Amino acid sequence: MTYDVDIAVIGGGPAGLAAADSAKKAGVKNILILERDFRLGGILNQCIHNGFGLHTFKEELTGPEYADRYIKKIREDGVDYMLDTMVTDLKLNDDGSKTVTAMNRTEGIIKVNAKAVILSMGCRERARGSMNTPGFRGAGIYSAGTAQLFVNINGKMPGRQVVIVGSGDIGLIMARRMTLEGAKVKMVVEIMPHSGGLKRNIVQCLQDFGIPLRLSHTVTDIRGGKRVEGVVVSRVDDDLRPVEGSEEYVECDTVLYSVGLIPENEITLKMGAKLDERTNAPLVGDDLQIDSSGVFACGNVLHVHDIVDHVTEEAVNAGENAASFVLYGKVSKGAKGLVESAEKNVYVPGVDEDKMTCVRCPNGCLLSVEKGTDGTLKVTGNLCPRGEAYAVSEFTAPMRTLTTTVRVKNGTTKALPVKTSADIPKEKLLECIRALTDVEVAAPKRTGDIIVKNIADTGSDIIATGSVDNV
Amino acid sequence: MTDVIIIGAGVVGAAIARELSRKDRSVLVLEKNSDVCEGTSKANSGIVHGGYDAMPGTKKAFFNVKGSLMMEELSKTLDFPYKRNGSLVLLPDGADEETLDALFQRGLKNGVKGLEIIDRDRLHELEPNVNDSVRKALYVPTGALVCPFLLTIALAENAAVNGVEFRFDTEVTDIRKEDGAFRVFAGGEEYSSRYVINAAGVYADVIHNMVCPQKIAIRPVRGQYCLFDRTVGSVIKHTLFSLPTAMGKGVLVTPTVHGNLMAGPTAEAVDDREATNTTAVGLETVLQKGSLSVNSLPGRKVITSFAGLRAREKGGDFIIGEDRNVPGFIDVSGIESPGLSAAPAIGVHVAGLVNELDQRPDRKDFAETRKGTPSMANADEKTRQRLIKENPAFANVICRCELVTEGEIIDAIKRPLGARTLDGVKRRVRAGMGRCQAGFCSPKVAQILSRELGISEEEITKSGKGSEILKGIAKHDI
Ligand SMILES: Cc1cc2nc3c(=O)[nH]c(=O)nc-3n(C[C@H](O)[C@H](O)[C@H](O)COP(=O)(O)OP(=O)(O)OC[C@H]3O[C@@H](n4cnc5c(N)ncnc54)[C@H](O)[C@@H]3O)c2cc1C
Ligand SMILES: Cc1cc2nc3c(=O)[nH]c(=O)nc-3n(C[C@H](O)[C@H](O)[C@H](O)COP(=O)(O)OP(=O)(O)OC[C@H]3O[C@@H](n4cnc5c(N)ncnc54)[C@H](O)[C@@H]3O)c2cc1C
Repeated sequence: MTYDVDIAVIGGGPAGLAAADSAKKAGVKNILILERDFRLGGILNQCIHNGFGLHTFKEELTGPEYADRYIKKIREDGVDYMLDTMVTDLKLNDDGSKTVTAMNRTEGIIKVNAKAVILSMGCRERARGSMNTPGFRGAGIYSAGTAQLFVNINGKMPGRQVVIVGSGDIGLIMARRMTLEGAKVKMVVEIMPHSGGLKRNIVQCLQDFGIPLRLSHTVTDIRGGKRVEGVVVSRVDDDLRPVEGSEEYVECDTVLYSVGLIPENEITLKMGAKLDERTNAPLVGDDLQIDSSGVFACGNVLHVHDIVDHVTEEAVNAGENAASFVLYGKVSKGAKGLVESAEKNVYVPGVDEDKMTCVRCPNGCLLSVEKGTDGTLKVTGNLCPRGEAYAVSEFTAPMRTLTTTVRVKNGTTKALPVKTSADIPKEKLLECIRALTDVEVAAPKRTGDIIVKNIADTGSDIIATGSVDNV
Repeated sequence: MTDVIIIGAGVVGAAIARELSRKDRSVLVLEKNSDVCEGTSKANSGIVHGGYDAMPGTKKAFFNVKGSLMMEELSKTLDFPYKRNGSLVLLPDGADEETLDALFQRGLKNGVKGLEIIDRDRLHELEPNVNDSVRKALYVPTGALVCPFLLTIALAENAAVNGVEFRFDTEVTDIRKEDGAFRVFAGGEEYSSRYVINAAGVYADVIHNMVCPQKIAIRPVRGQYCLFDRTVGSVIKHTLFSLPTAMGKGVLVTPTVHGNLMAGPTAEAVDDREATNTTAVGLETVLQKGSLSVNSLPGRKVITSFAGLRAREKGGDFIIGEDRNVPGFIDVSGIESPGLSAAPAIGVHVAGLVNELDQRPDRKDFAETRKGTPSMANADEKTRQRLIKENPAFANVICRCELVTEGEIIDAIKRPLGARTLDGVKRRVRAGMGRCQAGFCSPKVAQILSRELGISEEEITKSGKGSEILKGIAKHDI
């Protein structure tokens, strides 16, 4: 099969979706998204926790909910997309056009001739192998994203006694996910003297559950031939080298690696693009274009974004620039490009330890709470009243959104992501999970469907945050 | 009563099984692991050695040269990856020039063809990225690369098609010779046979010593490796060996037959026969020594590391033949390097020994050839189109790093002696061998295995019992 389009978008994650939407709105008619998964949304489908969209929508969404908003947009736009379709090649033709080669079950090999191409293939995780951690290679060694998929999409436990390597947000989020689903997370080890994750995640993913964070430590040996039986954890010195004599054996059946992401660049290399030696991402101009070729890149394929809102912003730029390229043959000078993450509010031990980070909006104010002699609480550091309310609640009775999954019968996935419709008291988290243990719903379900009313007497409902179709 | 029991389904056991199946007889292979190629045959350099290294007159030299001459033809007959890339033995700064000459002479004596000592200019012409300090090299044009997994699997599969029975998860625990026959106790059951062939790798001394009064002793020598991303696979073309320097024995750096780059192995005597773990010191040594052969070895591009155990017998040579004291018991032990290269020749030789003791007519329907699983990654567009048309599952990419499709994985499971584990799939069709090291595909491969084998996902293992990849269902342990 051969298709002729104005813009071919490779990858239907948040980057691809936002790029397609903005190109369409800029006046490009014929846009085709090629996505290898059975649905749009990219990695967000498995990021069922909340915390997405504070910048873009001024509210806290889960990954699937965030994706859903953009899927709706491109459906309204009438942008075409092909699912279960893997792109295998990208060629620049002599006449300036591009040919994308893809394949799927129904059409076999597909050729898409495009005036412009947007690369939005996301990234993949670094694995244990790339860390060169010595030891055995039994079952139970996974990247955090693989574990996330097992738990959040398939409803299965990859392990019961877990050590997590790397304290970036993904590692922290997985510590909470594994705990909430019944595993014991023994510790999170981090080779750096500070965590790479948001302070909020340190609080809500580790401290809420008493999970130790071992800074300046790393795993130096993995034991257990058939399945992991334990790891050796060592302290590291200033050069990040393990310190002899500091070894500690930790029994566990699972090691999760959350040690960074690398752009997905098979296709990028096929078109002959040069990669940045350090980041492994394609080299692009200020307009996100690779070498004036009419091929643009955005999202995690270009550089790793901590928050999806920045992916979206950058993808909108890519979409607009690709539209200019198609409509006017060039991108005007001064076009918008890369969106770098703002400095991140990471956890540094001993610094602001007594302060809390407000999570009500992206400002992320550092709040202090003092108890007056009369028992009243005085909050400082907040820019708006919402901060005060947050600090008081966090000080007196912390509230949390529970995000988890329920099992699905006859669905395209075995688990459906859900959340509490309103925050619930922190100490009720596990009780709610227990109440959900035997809940099984029948497909189909749509985002927003009520799954359980008034869960564990919290007054909050359990609602679907994603969709699942019938098989 | 079985005619022949072979203990061990590594490359040696598989090669012997295939050759034995040319005649009308019953052959049973007992293997303690859950698949073929789970021992040393899965963790080595994958090099078909030219044959210059072994001492003239040894069994190692004899079978290496013979086996390596058979390999290319065999790779066509049985459809496994083989590539003659040539080897270079480098003379780095500080190494003894006479050693290089001695190797050259040894090679000539062993009958290795095409050997040549080349100077620096020629060397750098052949291999521009060779370390600048290298002054001279021995060029071995017959050196080649092979996929050790597919070599072993192809031999075993072909043997199975020709009537050889394989029993996995069946560890031999005792052997007795009574009334001219063998009683073999394995996996809780008893088997009997007229001949026993010991191809148990690093355990071959344990097996031997079960029945033979004159004991042998194997002490494993571990070799650790680093494997690099395919993007740096073409840094060099030849296999680069290095002569010992004051720093000790060198390591080799080589492209693999699948286009990765690999460096190793170390050589450390270990007592534990299961010690296939890597160590910090070992991996550091590999990278350090590897960079003596290649300019700027890309340490950051390592995608995995692993280790294998050489079955070193104290006599130093292969032990191949019927035991003097126990007629009918045939040893194929001490098969350390170059065992992979030698395996095809060992197979023919050992089958010959059995045929002498026990004459049988030819198997009439012997299937000489085997066709492997088609590879989408290596197929041209027309072939891809055809494969998808025949079976749409060939369009469903499961392993994105190596471009392996559902169609290939199903074939790997369904073929004779098919895969039953994640590692089994990985070694047959490379799903999970790439730079993300199975992060993306293992949940999917597990689902395919579960569906095709009709077992639950919880029962799927990485490499047999005890290596289950899952620990139950979410929430059920709160
Ligand atoms: C575990 C995890 C937790 C996160 N938590 C947060 C958070 O709490 N808050 C927040 O704001 N952000 C978070 N992020 C970051 C955010 O989710 C990502 O930055 C964002 O999803 C990246 O979008 P993308 O479109 O670039 O990539 P992806 O979402 O990865 O999408 C890429 C798409 O391309 C497809 N694709 C790739 N190659 C091909 C091909 N050859 N052919 C066809 N299709 C292809 C893929 O299937 C995928 O659908 C998290 C990320 C991860 C991984
Ligand atoms: C580091 C290293 C590098 C090497 N590089 C090369 C090279 O480049 N070229 C080359 O030609 N050779 C090389 N070799 C040598 C080659 O790999 C081996 O000679 C060859 O794989 C040995 O095959 P095998 O079948 O004898 O042993 P194995 O593959 O170990 O098979 C023995 C089998 O016996 C089974 N077994 C053991 N005990 C029992 C029992 N009690 N009951 C049932 N089953 C049992 C084991 O599970 C195993 O599957 C290398 C070896 C090492 C370690």
